Amino acid sequence: MTRTLVIGGGPAGLAAAWAAAQSGQAVTLLDDNPALGGQIWRGQIPARYRRFLDPRITVQTGVQIHSASQLPPADRIILATGTRELFLPFPGWTLPHVLGAGGLQALVKGGLPIAGKRIVVAGSGPLLLAVAAYLRRRGAKILLVAEQAPYPRIAAFTRGLWRHPAKLLEAAQLGFGLRYRPDSWPLRADPGSVTLQGHGVIPCDYLACGFGLVVNTELAELLGCRVENERVLTDPDQRTTVPHIFFAGAGSVDRSLLEGQIAGFGPERGRALHAARAAAVAFDRRIDETFALRPELSSLTTPDTIVCRCEDVPFRAIWPHRDWRSAKLQTRCGMGPCQGRICGPALAHLCGWPAASVRPPLFPTRLENLLDLRD
Amino acid sequence: MIPLTVNGQPLTVPPGTTVAAAVMRVQPAFRRSVTGESRGPLCGMGICMECRVTLNGHPHERSCQLLCAPGMEITTP
Repeated sequence: MTRTLVIGGGPAGLAAAWAAAQSGQAVTLLDDNPALGGQIWRGQIPARYRRFLDPRITVQTGVQIHSASQLPPADRIILATGTRELFLPFPGWTLPHVLGAGGLQALVKGGLPIAGKRIVVAGSGPLLLAVAAYLRRRGAKILLVAEQAPYPRIAAFTRGLWRHPAKLLEAAQLGFGLRYRPDSWPLRADPGSVTLQGHGVIPCDYLACGFGLVVNTELAELLGCRVENERVLTDPDQRTTVPHIFFAGAGSVDRSLLEGQIAGFGPERGRALHAARAAAVAFDRRIDETFALRPELSSLTTPDTIVCRCEDVPFRAIWPHRDWRSAKLQTRCGMGPCQGRICGPALAHLCGWPAASVRPPLFPTRLENLLDLRD
Repeated sequence: MIPLTVNGQPLTVPPGTTVAAAVMRVQPAFRRSVTGESRGPLCGMGICMECRVTLNGHPHERSCQLLCAPGMEITTP
């Protein structure tokens, strides 16, 4: 019996685990979070996808992986490690009332009461609308949704949605009654307020701000899979450059579900889903083009703006350095507990520096845990 | 409901509440940065490490990835 290990229990990982179990593989599913569903569902898996929770799957949640030696033995590994938000540093982004857009949503799903709170949602991408609609349903007062993309691109994208009636309906339902404003982005945050391009100072309880998604490639890199342009390279069967390791997800839910199933079923049965995946990938590409970040956003970071939140490194300290390695060694930028997961993508955007190489442990850990690792 | 304390202050939260959400019910700040700034959660998904608290005496616990349990003692600097 083929032993398949799936890492990550979001849409892609759930679909992969289900498909693998359906095809008679012995499946173990690991996730870092306390509940399955990934960041998008966070334990609240929609009814139509609950069939993915096949009782034959061995599930372990709350598992942190530090190194390859810690993984249970498997014939096939399917990585579905998902995405995180891209944060761009601007003055005041380190204040406690400034959170990620997905970040605030995750906290509310985790039990943070939000009713009556005044919230500005800002940044870029379709997630902003979904987050604003979710927070509004939970009783928050959404003052404004500031989307950095220019109006003509948003308008063209929306016009193109007639070919995807379900998505058009979803967008209309999410956006109904919201003040959604393209061509706007946060210039600075101060305690109790945010200043938005074109809209001035807006007093608020929270600024929920994210500029798109970054793929979590760290584990794939650690396992030797090739990463190019911030994505894990895969073939049509979702196979990475390491033959027994697959990568699925890190895009829209539709795409993640298809990639997960293709990886889980394996090449023969998976082939039937290739056309549907091609359509989902094409749609994701249109989203990427529509919400491409405008160059002005790079000038939001002032000399005194902290870029590395773990080590409090201001942007000014980075300037003398030609690459991230030099900046790390001289300023400790990216050397703190998040290991460059937040400042790395920001600096890739600001300076064009590619991410540094990955080494174990993937997350900070106690020495007693390190002593258990054998590599 | 789950009883716990945040910096000694008693609090009850519904089951399924994360430690981060419990702390945010009481105060916005979680940790002090290396230069002394007040910080709170950013990513909400276990990546940024800004939401670290001391949990039952263990420092540096990622509060957004942990669920509240009865009797937890959460402290922040």
